[in-house]
Amino acid sequence: MAAKTLTIDGKHVSVDESATILDAAVDAGIYIPTLCHLDGVYDVGACRLCLVEVAGSSKLLPACTTKVSEGMEIQTDTERLRQYRRITLEQLFAERNHVCSVCVANGHCELQTLAYRQGMDHVRYDYRFPQWEVDSTHSLFGLDHNRCILCTRCVRVCWHIEGAGTLNVSGRGAQARIITDLNQPWGTSDTCTKCGKCVMACPTGALFYKGATVGEMERDRTKLEFIVTAREKKQWIAD
Amino acid sequence: MAQRIVIDPVTRIEGHAKISIFLDDAGNVSDAEFHVVEFRGFEKFCEGRPYAEMPGITARICGICPVSHLLASAKAGDAIMAVNIPPAADKLRRLMNLGQIIQSHALSFFHLSAPDFLLGWDVPPAQRNVFGLIAANADLARAGIRLRQFGQEIIAELGGQKIHPAWAVPGGVRNPLTEAGRDRIRAWLPEAYATTKTAFDLFKKTLETHKKEVQIFGNFPSLFMGLVEPDGTWEHHGGNLRFTDSSGSIIADQVDPQKYYECIGESVQSSSYLKSPYYSPLGIPDGMYRVGPLARLNVAEQMGTPKADAELKKFKKLTRGDNAVISSFHYHYARLIEILTAIERVEATLDDADLLSEDLRADAGINSLRGVGVSEAPRGTLFHDYTVDRNGLLQKINLIVATGQNNLAMNQTVAQIARHYVRGHKITEPMLNRVEHGIRCYDPCLSCSTHAVGQMPLHLQLIGPDGAVLHELVRG
Ligand code: SF4
Ligand code: FES
Repeated sequence: MAAKTLTIDGKHVSVDESATILDAAVDAGIYIPTLCHLDGVYDVGACRLCLVEVAGSSKLLPACTTKVSEGMEIQTDTERLRQYRRITLEQLFAERNHVCSVCVANGHCELQTLAYRQGMDHVRYDYRFPQWEVDSTHSLFGLDHNRCILCTRCVRVCWHIEGAGTLNVSGRGAQARIITDLNQPWGTSDTCTKCGKCVMACPTGALFYKGATVGEMERDRTKLEFIVTAREKKQWIAD
Repeated sequence: MAQRIVIDPVTRIEGHAKISIFLDDAGNVSDAEFHVVEFRGFEKFCEGRPYAEMPGITARICGICPVSHLLASAKAGDAIMAVNIPPAADKLRRLMNLGQIIQSHALSFFHLSAPDFLLGWDVPPAQRNVFGLIAANADLARAGIRLRQFGQEIIAELGGQKIHPAWAVPGGVRNPLTEAGRDRIRAWLPEAYATTKTAFDLFKKTLETHKKEVQIFGNFPSLFMGLVEPDGTWEHHGGNLRFTDSSGSIIADQVDPQKYYECIGESVQSSSYLKSPYYSPLGIPDGMYRVGPLARLNVAEQMGTPKADAELKKFKKLTRGDNAVISSFHYHYARLIEILTAIERVEATLDDADLLSEDLRADAGINSLRGVGVSEAPRGTLFHDYTVDRNGLLQKINLIVATGQNNLAMNQTVAQIARHYVRGHKITEPMLNRVEHGIRCYDPCLSCSTHAVGQMPLHLQLIGPDGAVLHELVRG
């Protein structure tokens, strides 16, 4: 396999041609914020947090879905990028009802962590305060649409790793939401195997173990990666 | 036509608490209304949430007594799960509640109330506060601050944070006490006892010089309610409800807290959002009851700890007979006795190996669609009543807080004090200062956000028969 050489923030990097910009950055120890990306499942480029600047392109490109090419000059941390990332985060917060202080994921939430890291101290958009419900019909897990950012990580692990195909996205725009089976209460799903991979994958407090209280949802994502590595590479080792 | 004086504490209390004093045609005080913070909006916006989140949510909602809400909410969760929580969890919750009682009572007594009766009613408010107390008696002020710190340390050793610990959960608690934490708590005990003794000595002297206050600061018959053990011993986080009347007779005993609604009604006052609970078999006004330290001591036959029991005996003698102690000025006294029993109970529980146990949380699904959690908050009995659907999502929430339950009594206290001090259509400083303290006897939710750093901000309006403002006074 051929290697490509490129620079990220001025640092020379050499990676396999199949790599994405995100892979290359991770390899080189350079941090790019991500939210919909999850190690072990394919990327969809949904959240736009990983946008980077590439010399010669006026568009910002998502690092998680853009393949590297020879001689690429990539910037990951410019003023413009920081501004876009803050806008994206603020919009995510304004879109649904995120109340960190009383959330089951408080302190262990990727959205919250990113907001801190990007210095988001307030939201410049009007909160939309939509009316969303909690699906608590499943015997083990709950889904709180108020906290969902539609990253689709749960959908991807459900289809790609577990192969159950229970979770899906329905509706468009502000109406878009995660559904189970034929848009029915989760507890009535015939396909759900109760494996819990979706709960493990969720970056926020949207998916949770029933009975979880404030700040109690901690997730171990390496378990998902372990399953994928085991299956694809027949290597029974975790990172 | 009736006239009305409005005392409206405006700053630093979110602006929606106020006092109205009603005058009759002759210009005498006929009635008063003290409006407290209301919880309606909160009850509404929690609908649809999973019940397990409630302890954390309620602890966030009330910044003044988060621990009390946390514990009552967790208890309501236990009832929905229909579980007996592990004994260790119960002991740990009790320990936290004792810490809360100590810290809250110490704040009420030393920071909020002592400046009034030690420095004098008519000392300007700018000095009549904890800083004035430091200037006048630095040792006492420091001891009081440290006693409060002791209570807060207990809470912190368990919950990890002094405020908003989401530590109690439906089914139990999240962590035990550590051995190091236990030793740190134990090290405080001698000082805590010593401070409490100083406070007793001081308050007993205060009683000799404050006979008039005892007479007019909420001195009237009413019912009293609180939790007691099956044998009538003082209880704070378990047991059943007891109601007594002002003659000291028990009128309802061992009422299952899960069925509180069979004896507590809630009237909604047309002039405010406020719900005023009352003992329903007697209706309003006869069913008016008080909760909190004074009520708990009136309903209890003994404290259950030796030092506090000796003090309870003296306290009960204030009535010269078997009557209840009915002056709200004695809330202060009752607070001290509760601090003492709380310290004794903390000491007694510290050697229990269960406090270090890891077996802390019962697990269960939804086994009851309604669950009530009752706990004695420092200010009085706190009820969390949740109705959930089969999946554990909240359908209905009813909270009954101490300040709400004391509301009718507080109205009457303000009226009684005002009656002695309203002269003509004028609001006088002496009246203002005493009304302020009359409210403070109950240690209502708003007081610690105010007097600790200055006087209680007040806005008074005297409204004439035609609704015109006759006299207005803003302070704070
Ligand atoms: S439920 Fe969680 S994992 Fe699924 S789309 Fe929403 S935020 Fe992403
Ligand atoms: S992580 Fe790349 S778009 Fe979300």
